[in-house]
Amino acid sequence: MLKAFADYLVYSVLGMARGTRLSGALEFFIYDTIKIFLLLSVIIFIISIIRSYFPPEKTKRILSNKREFIGNILAALLGIVTPFCSCSAVPLFIGFVEAGVPLGVTFSFLISSPMVNEVAVVLLWGLFGWKIALIYMGTGLLVAIIAGMIIGKLKLEKWVEEYVYTIKAMGAAADIAKQTFRDRLVYARENTTDILKQVWAYVLVAIGIGGFIHGYVPEDFLVRYAGPQNPFAVPIAVALGVPLYSNAAGVIPIVYALMEKGMSMGTVLAFMMAVTALSFPEMIILRKVLKARLLAVFVSIMTVTIIGVGYLFNAIL
Amino acid sequence: MEIKVLGPGCSNCFKLEELAKTAVKDLGLEATVVKITDIGQIATHGIMATPGLVVNGKVKHSGKPLPSLDKVKELIKSELVNG
Repeated sequence: MLKAFADYLVYSVLGMARGTRLSGALEFFIYDTIKIFLLLSVIIFIISIIRSYFPPEKTKRILSNKREFIGNILAALLGIVTPFCSCSAVPLFIGFVEAGVPLGVTFSFLISSPMVNEVAVVLLWGLFGWKIALIYMGTGLLVAIIAGMIIGKLKLEKWVEEYVYTIKAMGAAADIAKQTFRDRLVYARENTTDILKQVWAYVLVAIGIGGFIHGYVPEDFLVRYAGPQNPFAVPIAVALGVPLYSNAAGVIPIVYALMEKGMSMGTVLAFMMAVTALSFPEMIILRKVLKARLLAVFVSIMTVTIIGVGYLFNAIL
Repeated sequence: MEIKVLGPGCSNCFKLEELAKTAVKDLGLEATVVKITDIGQIATHGIMATPGLVVNGKVKHSGKPLPSLDKVKELIKSELVNG
């Protein structure tokens, strides 16, 4: 039905000739734009409703005093639905630690939350298909669980800034009024428009790359440099991605372009994870609660795990 | 009456501070709006998603999306009734 609509718009309304490169590209652009924005709106709305049941306070309660392993898995999963923005990373970290959430479990949450979220998954789904979206989600969770477990096993609590342990929260957040289902729907609507406002431009650029640059740059342009044959492609992509800072939506146009031009799947996914999960600004924010040594350990473990994921997918896909 | 806006200084914290000030003016209240950026203090209030709005020591809002101006007024008024 969407296809028919895009078809109608390009050939009947705009009166373009069939079979040209431009009209084909435009049809693809219109079709993809409508499809992805529909997907985004519906999925973000549904996730927002689920999300309204998991404010950070509740997530904290669920995770406090959980055993490692089970705790890491739960934390990674809750990272998908609990609202998070990097500006809240520090109060969230303190809140978790203060409530007795083990350090490794806290890290699993901090890693999964910005990396695996509905925007990333929907965009991958819309542009590359549901398999890639599921693979990204699965491996993102795996990275969060493994990295969190390693940090937990290393017993690095001593490398958290001391003042964090002295803070005692007043537990005042319980004052926030109970929400009715209507409140949740309003929240979901506001959250959906909020997120769409943030990401629409990136999404259009990504689709534009797919629709227009397609065919103008040689298909195998990157294969020569970053195809499956090059064993250094994954570490180089990750090394480039770590300092770059972007949310999932912002990195999608680059990801699309790289994939289109022949970079292999594992390398692209590793790059995307490195960009969303690790960045300089986030390190500076986290430095307020973590000593430099712990920060270095965190970045190293993440880098190694993400490179591992990249190699794994290049080997099996 | 004391109203606190808590956040490390992102644009949303700014907007919430403006909303709170406008609400106080519109309601004609004798209240001070204080901005708190210290991470330790933010965490001490039990706020884990910024920006937070605290009225008379009670957390009224935390996180995004921001409440509307009417909602902020309502949140502040709820404390007036309680004294």
